[in-house]
Amino acid sequence: MTGTASDARLITPTMLGAWLVLATVPLWISTIGLYPYIGVEILIWSIYALAFNLLLGTSGLPSFGHGAFFGIGAYAFGLTQFNVAANLWVALAGAMLAGALAGLLVGLFIAHRRGIYFALLTIAFGQIFWTISVKWHSVTGGEDGLLNIVRLPVNLGIASFDITDNERLYYFVLAAFAVVVVLMWRLVNSPYGRILSAIRQSEVRTAHLGYNVWAYKLSAIVISAAFSGLAGGLFAMAQRSAFPDVMNLAQSGLVVMMTLVGGGLVSFWGPVIGVIVFLIARDVIGAMTTGWMLYFGTMFVLLVLFRPEGIAGGFKLLVERWKARGTAPEALSSEPRSG
Amino acid sequence: MALVEAEGVHVRFGDRVVLEEINLSVNEGELHGIMGPNGAGKTTFFNTLTGRVKPNRGRIRLDGADVAGLEPHAIARKGVARSFQIMTLFNDFTAQENVMVALPAFRARGFDMLRAVAGDSGLADEANEVLASVGLGAKSAISAKLLSYGERRALEIAVALAQRPRVLCLDEPTSGLGTDGTLRLAELIRSLKGKLTIVAVEHDMRFLFSLADRISVIHWGQVVARGTPRELQENPWVKRSNLGSFE
Repeated sequence: MTGTASDARLITPTMLGAWLVLATVPLWISTIGLYPYIGVEILIWSIYALAFNLLLGTSGLPSFGHGAFFGIGAYAFGLTQFNVAANLWVALAGAMLAGALAGLLVGLFIAHRRGIYFALLTIAFGQIFWTISVKWHSVTGGEDGLLNIVRLPVNLGIASFDITDNERLYYFVLAAFAVVVVLMWRLVNSPYGRILSAIRQSEVRTAHLGYNVWAYKLSAIVISAAFSGLAGGLFAMAQRSAFPDVMNLAQSGLVVMMTLVGGGLVSFWGPVIGVIVFLIARDVIGAMTTGWMLYFGTMFVLLVLFRPEGIAGGFKLLVERWKARGTAPEALSSEPRSG
Repeated sequence: MALVEAEGVHVRFGDRVVLEEINLSVNEGELHGIMGPNGAGKTTFFNTLTGRVKPNRGRIRLDGADVAGLEPHAIARKGVARSFQIMTLFNDFTAQENVMVALPAFRARGFDMLRAVAGDSGLADEANEVLASVGLGAKSAISAKLLSYGERRALEIAVALAQRPRVLCLDEPTSGLGTDGTLRLAELIRSLKGKLTIVAVEHDMRFLFSLADRISVIHWGQVVARGTPRELQENPWVKRSNLGSFE
C-alpha cells in the first residue's frame, strides 16, 4: 500500500476536527484571556507557514527571505484595491499573482541552487525586496507604509457580507484557511508532491529518474510564493495597512521558527501547531515580560537540540509508542509524513 | 549494432585531466564491464555517460543520437538508467514508493497536483511487480532506510529497472556486499542479460568476468585494453596489472 488512507482523501478527519474547533474559537477565546483578533492572526500566519513549508518541509528548500512574498502580497492587495478594483476577490487575486511573479523572478535565479547557497540567495532577495519597499515611496509609502486599506465586503454574487468586524473577518479567513489546507494537502500527496519530497531526499537521484529538478523547484517556489502572497493580502486587509517590516529578515525568520518548532519537517500540521504556539506565547508570555522572545528562543534552541522534529514529531513518537505497546519494535510504522 | 558509443570523450576538472580520450562502444543487449584501478576515471566516465558530468570534448551517442552534455533528466528520458556506488535511495519512502516514482507512468503524471498517489492501485501493482523481480516482493511496505544493505542494493537496481530503460548503468553494484549478497546480485544481473543493455563498473573481477560479454579496461583516462573476458585474461597489460584475480 502506498501512503495512508488519509493521504488519498480530499478532506480528512483531522481537517474536519481542526475546522470544527477553529469555528468555535470566537465563542470562547475571550474567556481564556485572549482576544478574537489573535484568531485572525493565527489563521493568516498558518496559511503563510503552510505555504512556506511547501518549500522547507516538503521540498527541502530553506527559504530564509520568505517574508518578501508575504509583504509583496500585502502591498499588492492594497495597490490592487486602490488602482484596479475595490473588489475583494480581485485584490486577493492581485496579492497571489504578485507573490507568484516575485517567486518566479527569484526562482529563475535560485532554483538551480540548493542548501546553503539557496538559503543565502533567498536572504539576499528578501533584503532587496525589503529595500525596495522602503525606498519606493511613491508606490509603497516608504516607511510610513500603505495606509487606509479597506476590509472589502465578501461579494458572492447572490449575497454580500461585510467583514469589517473582527469576528466576521475571522470566519472569512477561516474559510480561506480551509481551502488552502485542502489544496496543500492534496498537493503534497499528489505525484507532484511526492516528486518534491524525492527532491528533498536526493536531487541527484531524482534527476537521474528523468525529472527536471530545476522546473519542479521553480514551480514549488512560485506556488509557495503565491500562497504567501495570499496570506500577505489577508494580513494587509486585517491590519488595514501594509508596512515594510513584514519583509525584513527578522520577520522572515519568524516563519522558519514557527515551522520548525511546530514540526513542519515531519508533519503536514506542524507549521499550524508552530504558529499557534508562537502567537499564543507572544501574547501570554508577552503580557508578563517584554523579554518573551528570550523564553521562546530558549524553547526553540532546546527543540532544535533535543527534538528537531518539533512538537508534531514528539506527538507522533508518543502515538507510535502508545500503539506499539505489546508489539515488536520492528512493527513500528516508518511512514514519515502523515497528517 | 552499437547502442552506446563514446568517441574521443575528454573530461578535465580545472587543469587536471580525468578522461584523456575514451573510445568505447556497447552493443545492444550486451553486458559491458568497465574495470580499472582506483582513480582511473571509471566513475567519471559513468557520470559523463549519464549526464552528471559534461565532457569538454567528444561525443556520446545513444542509438546514433548525440547525448553528450545533456542534463541527467534528459538522458534518463532517452532510456538510460543508473545505480549509484554510494546509495542514494529515498530513505523516507517505502521500497514501493522508491520504485513507483521511477516508473514512466508516474513520471508522466509528474505535474499532476490534483490526484492522490495513495490508493492508485495501478501504480502500486506495477511497482510491486518490479520489486518482486528483484526478490523484494515482501518488502514493498518497508521504509528504504530499514532494509538490509543487500536489500538496499537490490532496491537500487529495482529503481533503475522501474524506469524501463534501454541501457542500465551499474556503478560498482557489489560494493559493500558479502559473498552471499554478491552471488544473489550476480543471479539477478544474469537474469537481466539479453533483455537490456548493461554497462557495469566493477572492482570485483570474479563477478565481472563471470557475467560480462565484453570488458573495457580504463587507466589514465583511456581505454587501455578491451575484449571478451577470455581475451582479457590473456592480455599482457591486464596480467601485469594489479587488478585482482580472475580465478
